[in-house]
Amino acid sequence: MSNELIDFVIVSVALLAIGIYGLAVKRNFIRMLFAVEIVINAANLNLVAFARFLPHSGGQTFALFSIAIAAAEVAVGLALIIVAYRMYKNIDVADFRSLKG
Amino acid sequence: MVDTLFLGIAVLTIVSAIAALEMRSLVYGGIALMGTLGGIAGFFILLDSPFVALFQIAVYVGSIAVLILFTIMLVKRELIFQKKEDTKRRYAGIGLMLIVMISLGAVVFNSGISSITTDEPAVDYREIGEDFLIYYWPALVAMALVLAGSVTGAMILARRHDEVEDEVEDEQRTD
Repeated sequence: MSNELIDFVIVSVALLAIGIYGLAVKRNFIRMLFAVEIVINAANLNLVAFARFLPHSGGQTFALFSIAIAAAEVAVGLALIIVAYRMYKNIDVADFRSLKG
Repeated sequence: MVDTLFLGIAVLTIVSAIAALEMRSLVYGGIALMGTLGGIAGFFILLDSPFVALFQIAVYVGSIAVLILFTIMLVKRELIFQKKEDTKRRYAGIGLMLIVMISLGAVVFNSGISSITTDEPAVDYREIGEDFLIYYWPALVAMALVLAGSVTGAMILARRHDEVEDEVEDEQRTD
Protein backbone atom coordinates (compact mmCIF):
# COMPACT_ATOMS: atom_id res chain seq x y z
CA MET A 1 0.00 0.00 0.00
CA SER A 2 1.50 3.32 -1.06
CA ASN A 3 -0.23 5.45 1.59
CA GLU A 4 0.74 5.24 5.22
CA LEU A 5 -1.43 5.25 8.30
CA ILE A 6 -0.23 8.70 9.33
CA ASP A 7 -1.58 10.26 6.10
CA PHE A 8 -5.10 9.13 6.90
CA VAL A 9 -4.78 10.16 10.54
CA ILE A 10 -3.66 13.67 9.49
CA VAL A 11 -6.70 14.07 7.23
CA SER A 12 -8.84 12.83 10.11
CA VAL A 13 -7.30 15.41 12.49
CA ALA A 14 -7.92 18.18 9.94
CA LEU A 15 -11.58 17.16 9.58
CA LEU A 16 -11.98 16.97 13.37
CA ALA A 17 -10.56 20.50 13.73
CA ILE A 18 -12.88 21.85 11.01
CA GLY A 19 -15.86 20.20 12.74
CA ILE A 20 -14.91 21.71 16.10
CA TYR A 21 -14.58 25.12 14.44
CA GLY A 22 -18.09 24.73 13.02
CA LEU A 23 -19.53 23.72 16.38
CA ALA A 24 -17.86 26.66 18.13
CA VAL A 25 -18.64 29.40 15.61
CA LYS A 26 -21.90 28.57 13.87
CA ARG A 27 -25.23 29.46 15.44
CA ASN A 28 -27.36 27.92 12.71
CA PHE A 29 -28.83 24.61 13.88
CA ILE A 30 -28.40 22.94 10.46
CA ARG A 31 -24.77 24.11 10.13
CA MET A 32 -24.06 22.70 13.60
CA LEU A 33 -25.48 19.39 12.42
CA PHE A 34 -23.12 19.58 9.41
CA ALA A 35 -20.22 20.09 11.84
CA VAL A 36 -21.29 17.07 13.91
CA GLU A 37 -21.43 14.95 10.76
CA ILE A 38 -17.90 16.04 9.81
CA VAL A 39 -16.59 15.09 13.27
CA ILE A 40 -18.30 11.67 13.13
CA ASN A 41 -16.81 11.03 9.68
CA ALA A 42 -13.34 11.95 10.93
CA ALA A 43 -13.76 9.34 13.67
CA ASN A 44 -14.96 6.72 11.17
CA LEU A 45 -11.97 7.40 8.91
CA ASN A 46 -9.66 6.81 11.87
CA LEU A 47 -11.39 3.54 12.76
CA VAL A 48 -11.16 2.15 9.24
CA ALA A 49 -7.56 3.33 8.77
CA PHE A 50 -6.42 1.57 11.95
CA ALA A 51 -8.45 -1.51 10.99
CA ARG A 52 -6.52 -1.67 7.70
CA PHE A 53 -3.06 -1.19 9.14
CA LEU A 54 -3.24 -3.36 12.25
CA PRO A 55 -5.05 -5.36 10.48
CA HIS A 56 -8.16 -6.20 12.47
CA SER A 57 -11.81 -6.42 11.47
CA GLY A 58 -13.00 -4.68 14.66
CA GLY A 59 -12.39 -1.21 13.28
CA GLN A 60 -14.62 -1.76 10.26
CA THR A 61 -17.32 -3.32 12.43
CA PHE A 62 -17.32 -0.33 14.76
CA ALA A 63 -17.33 2.05 11.79
CA LEU A 64 -20.49 0.33 10.50
CA PHE A 65 -22.11 0.63 13.94
CA SER A 66 -21.11 4.28 14.06
CA ILE A 67 -22.58 5.03 10.60
CA ALA A 68 -25.89 3.41 11.59
CA ILE A 69 -26.11 5.31 14.88
CA ALA A 70 -25.18 8.56 13.11
CA ALA A 71 -28.12 8.01 10.75
CA ALA A 72 -30.45 7.76 13.74
CA GLU A 73 -28.88 10.87 15.26
CA VAL A 74 -29.43 12.88 12.08
CA ALA A 75 -33.07 11.77 11.87
CA VAL A 76 -33.72 12.94 15.44
CA GLY A 77 -31.67 16.13 14.92
CA LEU A 78 -33.62 17.10 11.81
CA ALA A 79 -36.93 16.38 13.57
CA LEU A 80 -35.79 18.67 16.40
CA ILE A 81 -34.92 21.36 13.84
CA ILE A 82 -38.43 21.14 12.36
CA VAL A 83 -40.03 21.36 15.82
CA ALA A 84 -37.80 24.27 16.83
CA TYR A 85 -38.54 26.07 13.58
CA ARG A 86 -42.25 25.64 14.16
CA MET A 87 -41.98 27.00 17.70
CA TYR A 88 -39.57 29.90 17.17
CA LYS A 89 -39.82 30.54 13.41
CA ASN A 90 -36.03 30.51 13.42
CA ILE A 91 -33.16 28.00 13.37
CA ASP A 92 -30.69 30.15 15.27
CA VAL A 93 -29.71 28.30 18.46
CA ALA A 94 -29.24 31.63 20.30
CA ASP A 95 -33.03 32.12 20.07
CA PHE A 96 -33.90 28.82 21.71
CA ARG A 97 -34.26 30.03 25.26
CA SER A 98 -37.20 28.10 26.66
CA LEU A 99 -35.04 25.91 28.90
CA LYS A 100 -32.88 28.79 30.10
CA GLY A 101 -33.17 29.15 33.85
CA MET B 1 4.69 8.03 -0.03
CA VAL B 2 1.39 9.75 -0.76
CA ASP B 3 -0.09 9.06 -4.19
CA THR B 4 -1.98 11.52 -6.38
CA LEU B 5 -5.36 9.87 -5.86
CA PHE B 6 -5.03 10.17 -2.08
CA LEU B 7 -4.02 13.81 -2.42
CA GLY B 8 -6.98 14.55 -4.71
CA ILE B 9 -9.49 12.92 -2.36
CA ALA B 10 -7.94 14.67 0.66
CA VAL B 11 -8.22 18.08 -1.01
CA LEU B 12 -11.83 17.35 -2.10
CA THR B 13 -12.80 16.21 1.39
CA ILE B 14 -11.23 19.08 3.32
CA VAL B 15 -12.21 21.85 0.89
CA SER B 16 -15.81 20.67 0.72
CA ALA B 17 -15.93 20.36 4.54
CA ILE B 18 -14.89 24.01 4.80
CA ALA B 19 -17.36 24.95 2.05
CA ALA B 20 -20.17 23.10 3.85
CA LEU B 21 -19.67 25.34 6.87
CA GLU B 22 -18.80 28.59 5.12
CA MET B 23 -20.98 28.78 2.01
CA ARG B 24 -23.62 31.46 2.21
CA SER B 25 -26.48 29.26 1.09
CA LEU B 26 -27.40 26.24 3.20
CA VAL B 27 -28.43 24.33 0.07
CA TYR B 28 -24.96 24.65 -1.45
CA GLY B 29 -23.54 23.88 1.99
CA GLY B 30 -25.55 20.64 2.02
CA ILE B 31 -24.26 19.72 -1.43
CA ALA B 32 -20.69 20.45 -0.29
CA LEU B 33 -21.28 18.17 2.70
CA MET B 34 -22.17 15.42 0.21
CA GLY B 35 -18.70 16.02 -1.30
CA THR B 36 -17.08 15.50 2.09
CA LEU B 37 -19.04 12.32 2.76
CA GLY B 38 -18.24 11.02 -0.73
CA GLY B 39 -14.56 11.82 -0.18
CA ILE B 40 -14.60 9.78 3.02
CA ALA B 41 -16.12 6.90 1.03
CA GLY B 42 -13.19 7.30 -1.41
CA PHE B 43 -10.76 6.97 1.50
CA PHE B 44 -12.52 3.79 2.59
CA ILE B 45 -11.99 2.36 -0.90
CA LEU B 46 -8.31 3.35 -0.73
CA LEU B 47 -8.15 1.53 2.59
CA ASP B 48 -9.42 -1.68 0.96
CA SER B 49 -12.75 -1.50 2.77
CA PRO B 50 -15.31 -1.51 -0.05
CA PHE B 51 -18.08 -2.81 2.22
CA VAL B 52 -17.84 0.18 4.56
CA ALA B 53 -17.48 2.50 1.56
CA LEU B 54 -20.72 1.21 0.02
CA PHE B 55 -22.46 1.52 3.38
CA GLN B 56 -21.16 5.08 3.65
CA ILE B 57 -22.45 5.97 0.19
CA ALA B 58 -25.84 4.32 0.77
CA VAL B 59 -26.43 5.80 4.22
CA TYR B 60 -24.62 9.14 4.15
CA VAL B 61 -24.47 10.34 0.55
CA GLY B 62 -27.75 8.65 -0.31
CA SER B 63 -30.10 9.15 2.58
CA ILE B 64 -28.71 11.58 5.14
CA ALA B 65 -27.74 14.23 2.59
CA VAL B 66 -31.16 14.01 0.94
CA LEU B 67 -32.86 14.22 4.35
CA ILE B 68 -30.82 17.34 5.14
CA LEU B 69 -31.65 18.94 1.78
CA PHE B 70 -35.36 18.31 2.30
CA THR B 71 -35.22 19.81 5.79
CA ILE B 72 -33.50 22.88 4.37
CA MET B 73 -36.33 23.22 1.86
CA LEU B 74 -38.85 23.31 4.74
CA VAL B 75 -37.15 26.35 6.25
CA LYS B 76 -37.92 29.94 5.25
CA ARG B 77 -35.84 31.37 2.43
CA GLU B 78 -34.32 34.22 4.46
CA LEU B 79 -33.06 31.83 7.12
CA ILE B 80 -31.21 29.75 4.52
CA PHE B 81 -29.05 32.72 3.60
CA GLN B 82 -28.86 34.20 7.07
CA LYS B 83 -25.44 34.48 8.69
CA LYS B 84 -25.32 35.88 12.19
CA GLU B 85 -21.95 35.44 13.77
CA ASP B 86 -19.69 38.10 15.17
CA THR B 87 -16.08 38.46 14.11
CA LYS B 88 -14.77 37.89 17.63
CA ARG B 89 -16.41 34.48 17.85
CA ARG B 90 -15.14 33.65 14.39
CA TYR B 91 -11.52 34.44 15.24
CA ALA B 92 -11.89 32.52 18.52
CA GLY B 93 -13.18 29.55 16.50
CA ILE B 94 -10.26 29.73 14.06
CA GLY B 95 -7.86 29.90 17.03
CA LEU B 96 -9.52 26.85 18.60
CA MET B 97 -9.29 25.00 15.28
CA LEU B 98 -5.58 25.76 14.97
CA ILE B 99 -4.93 24.73 18.58
CA VAL B 100 -6.72 21.41 18.05
CA MET B 101 -4.92 20.84 14.75
CA ILE B 102 -1.44 21.68 16.09
CA SER B 103 -1.75 19.84 19.39
CA LEU B 104 -3.27 16.69 17.92
CA GLY B 105 -0.83 16.88 15.00
CA ALA B 106 2.09 17.07 17.43
CA VAL B 107 0.75 14.06 19.34
CA VAL B 108 0.34 12.10 16.09
CA PHE B 109 3.80 12.96 14.78
CA ASN B 110 5.51 12.12 18.09
CA SER B 111 3.71 8.81 18.48
CA GLY B 112 4.80 5.61 16.81
CA ILE B 113 2.07 5.82 14.17
CA SER B 114 4.46 6.91 11.42
CA SER B 115 6.33 3.61 11.69
CA ILE B 116 3.21 1.46 11.22
CA THR B 117 3.10 -0.08 7.76
CA THR B 118 1.48 -3.25 6.52
CA ASP B 119 1.88 -5.74 3.71
CA GLU B 120 -0.82 -8.04 4.98
CA PRO B 121 -4.00 -8.58 2.93
CA ALA B 122 -7.04 -6.48 3.75
CA VAL B 123 -9.72 -7.68 6.14
CA ASP B 124 -12.24 -9.88 4.36
CA TYR B 125 -15.88 -8.85 4.63
CA ARG B 126 -16.70 -12.35 5.86
CA GLU B 127 -14.80 -11.49 9.03
CA ILE B 128 -16.99 -8.42 9.46
CA GLY B 129 -20.07 -10.62 9.07
CA GLU B 130 -18.73 -13.05 11.66
CA ASP B 131 -18.00 -10.14 13.99
CA PHE B 132 -21.57 -8.92 13.66
CA LEU B 133 -23.26 -12.28 14.05
CA ILE B 134 -21.00 -14.02 16.57
CA TYR B 135 -19.32 -11.46 18.81
CA TYR B 136 -21.48 -8.35 18.58
CA TRP B 137 -24.96 -9.76 18.00
CA PRO B 138 -26.41 -8.25 21.22
CA ALA B 139 -25.06 -4.87 20.11
CA LEU B 140 -26.59 -5.44 16.67
CA VAL B 141 -30.00 -6.14 18.23
CA ALA B 142 -29.65 -3.10 20.50
CA MET B 143 -28.69 -0.97 17.52
CA ALA B 144 -31.72 -2.15 15.57
CA LEU B 145 -33.97 -1.22 18.50
CA VAL B 146 -32.27 2.16 18.87
CA LEU B 147 -32.71 2.85 15.15
CA ALA B 148 -36.38 1.85 15.21
CA GLY B 149 -36.96 3.90 18.37
CA SER B 150 -35.19 6.96 17.05
CA VAL B 151 -36.99 6.94 13.70
CA THR B 152 -40.34 6.53 15.47
CA GLY B 153 -39.37 9.28 17.91
CA ALA B 154 -38.33 11.55 15.05
CA MET B 155 -41.68 11.03 13.33
CA ILE B 156 -43.60 11.73 16.55
CA LEU B 157 -41.50 14.85 17.18
CA ALA B 158 -41.98 16.22 13.68
CA ARG B 159 -45.71 15.47 13.58
CA ARG B 160 -47.83 18.55 13.09
CA HIS B 161 -50.13 19.26 16.04
CA ASP B 162 -53.25 20.93 14.76
CA GLU B 163 -55.05 22.80 17.50
CA VAL B 164 -58.52 21.87 16.23
CA GLU B 165 -57.65 18.17 16.15
CA ASP B 166 -56.21 18.40 19.66
CA GLU B 167 -59.38 20.03 20.93
CA VAL B 168 -61.51 17.31 19.34
CA GLU B 169 -59.30 14.64 20.92
CA ASP B 170 -59.58 16.33 24.32
CA GLU B 171 -63.35 16.48 23.99
CA GLN B 172 -63.50 12.80 23.07
CA ARG B 173 -61.37 11.96 26.08
CA THR B 174 -63.63 13.91 28.47
CA ASP B 175 -66.70 12.20 26.99
